[in-house]
Amino acid sequence: MLDYLLRRLASILPTLLLVSVLIFALQQLLPGDPAKILAGEDQDPAVIAHLQEKLHLNESLPVRYAYWMGGVLTGDLGDSVRTQLPVIDLILQKLPVTLELAVLAMLIALLIGIPAGVVSAVGRGTPWDYVANVFALWGLSTPNFWLGILLILIFSVQLGWLPASGYVSPFEDLRANLAAMIMPAFVLGNAIAAVLMRHTRSAMLQVLSSDYVRTARAKGLSETTVVLKHALRNALTPIITLGALELGTLLSGAVLTEQVFTIPGFGKLIVDAVFNRDYLVVQGVVLFTATAYIVLNLMADMAYFWANPRMRR
Amino acid sequence: MSAATTAMSATVPPAQVRRGPWAQGWRRLQRRPSALLGLAVVLLFVGIALLAPWLSPMDPIATNWGAIRKAPDAAHWMGTDEIGRDVLSRVIWGTRASLLAGVVSVCLSLFIGVSIGLLAGFVGGWVDALISRLTDAFLACPFLILAIALAAFLGPSLSNAMIAIGISAAPIFVRLTRGQVLQVKVEDYIEAARAVGNPPWRIAFRHILPNILAPVMVQATLAIAAAVIAEASLSFLGLGQQPPAPSWGSMLNTAKNYVDQAPWMAIWPGASIFLLVLSFNLLGDGLRDALDPRQR
Repeated sequence: MLDYLLRRLASILPTLLLVSVLIFALQQLLPGDPAKILAGEDQDPAVIAHLQEKLHLNESLPVRYAYWMGGVLTGDLGDSVRTQLPVIDLILQKLPVTLELAVLAMLIALLIGIPAGVVSAVGRGTPWDYVANVFALWGLSTPNFWLGILLILIFSVQLGWLPASGYVSPFEDLRANLAAMIMPAFVLGNAIAAVLMRHTRSAMLQVLSSDYVRTARAKGLSETTVVLKHALRNALTPIITLGALELGTLLSGAVLTEQVFTIPGFGKLIVDAVFNRDYLVVQGVVLFTATAYIVLNLMADMAYFWANPRMRR
Repeated sequence: MSAATTAMSATVPPAQVRRGPWAQGWRRLQRRPSALLGLAVVLLFVGIALLAPWLSPMDPIATNWGAIRKAPDAAHWMGTDEIGRDVLSRVIWGTRASLLAGVVSVCLSLFIGVSIGLLAGFVGGWVDALISRLTDAFLACPFLILAIALAAFLGPSLSNAMIAIGISAAPIFVRLTRGQVLQVKVEDYIEAARAVGNPPWRIAFRHILPNILAPVMVQATLAIAAAVIAEASLSFLGLGQQPPAPSWGSMLNTAKNYVDQAPWMAIWPGASIFLLVLSFNLLGDGLRDALDPRQR
């Protein structure tokens, strides 16, 4: 196990290094003097001079990268031009909000996607299978910002049941927090539920035609036991691993969902930074997201390794 | 004609009629009503985009202060927006931006992805290792977040959004093409092509490329669906098509501020995105079944 972990860790290091090069290269896309552009619309000479010194703009590109990377490794992603706060602090401040949204969305996706996939596989070719497939296509084709607007129209404007926007911390008022988060979480979970449904259907179809499921049926076990205990348990491993790949969708989707529901999370941070031309924040958020995505995928890999004894041999 | 001859002609297929893989794929696609429906709707949208100047009842950017946020009626079938522009005309013209963004960005992805993937798979060695690691690095950045960052650094415009989406989606094509090339390059006919003295570039373009196109085309169709959503997302965030030019995403961005007063402003552009993306997904799923049966 430790050997596998070390090998996997070693394999992600070059990827992380290249991700950092890629994100550093983003800055080179800016036309003209990066310091002037990074300084924003105010063009404060003091800020420009500070940025020129801080970003080592007089040095060669590899030296600048080395300085930047040195900062990144010590947690220094630069300061926001707008708020003057360290980018890492801004990220850590917004992270819990997006994390809550992501966890709720994943929960909704699992609660819808897995049962829909099981029903679809067990009833292959029946109307249930058809309905589940239509649901998956709906989930994959609906832009989540449009779904968000439709839900606001129905549940906030027409019925008045849920708040259209805003965020309340769960530590302040859990009820108000859940009322504010349920629609965004559903919007975000919807697309992932569709993908999970497809993965579950395909994994279940494979498992249901295997010998051990036939044996379980031959032993006279009830269909529910066969499906839930013998088939689903074995199909879950690939579902979880493939589901982990959807973390990228979750992070991308959060940007739009937070924008629609005015949730002050990670996604809103990057959009606001884009419009305030706060490029160091944009760079920091992309770097943080990519690193989180790589680490989470590594964890999913480890879970797969841990859950599958054949891999450990 | 004897009974035996009749029986033979009924059971023995005419061996001389050999169809190419594309013709076989087209025949298989025709047996999938959902894929044909998807194709029909895509073609309908293409028609709308091409005929927009004639189909559009009004000027999509002409404001009318006497008809602000008017509900759908005989004069404005889909109502009007916050400055009195006809929503139907804007939806019709918005088709151009969405289709153009979908097709152009995927063409860009195909060009970048297929050339680099072909190079990696065909040359192998350190070139392959370097390209594969770079692809991994790109794929580690969530697609839309990378597109937002690129669009932000390039500047907001429809063409920059297309470049951003095209670059962000290219790594999938690199990985797919490389994998396909690795499978195909060990086939006997490639060995034969090499044995008769074909130069490497000719083997790559004349013998390998045509044989890896089917899965690439399937992925391209599905990627157009993703690119249409991505363009709408960037425009929704203000990073794509700039006002007053119409785009479904930017229309939704404005509409979200008037959900309680003018819901029609949000319903039609969103429904158009949904329908176009759904059609590309149906077509892509059908093409995958028809052209690439291993993926089923």
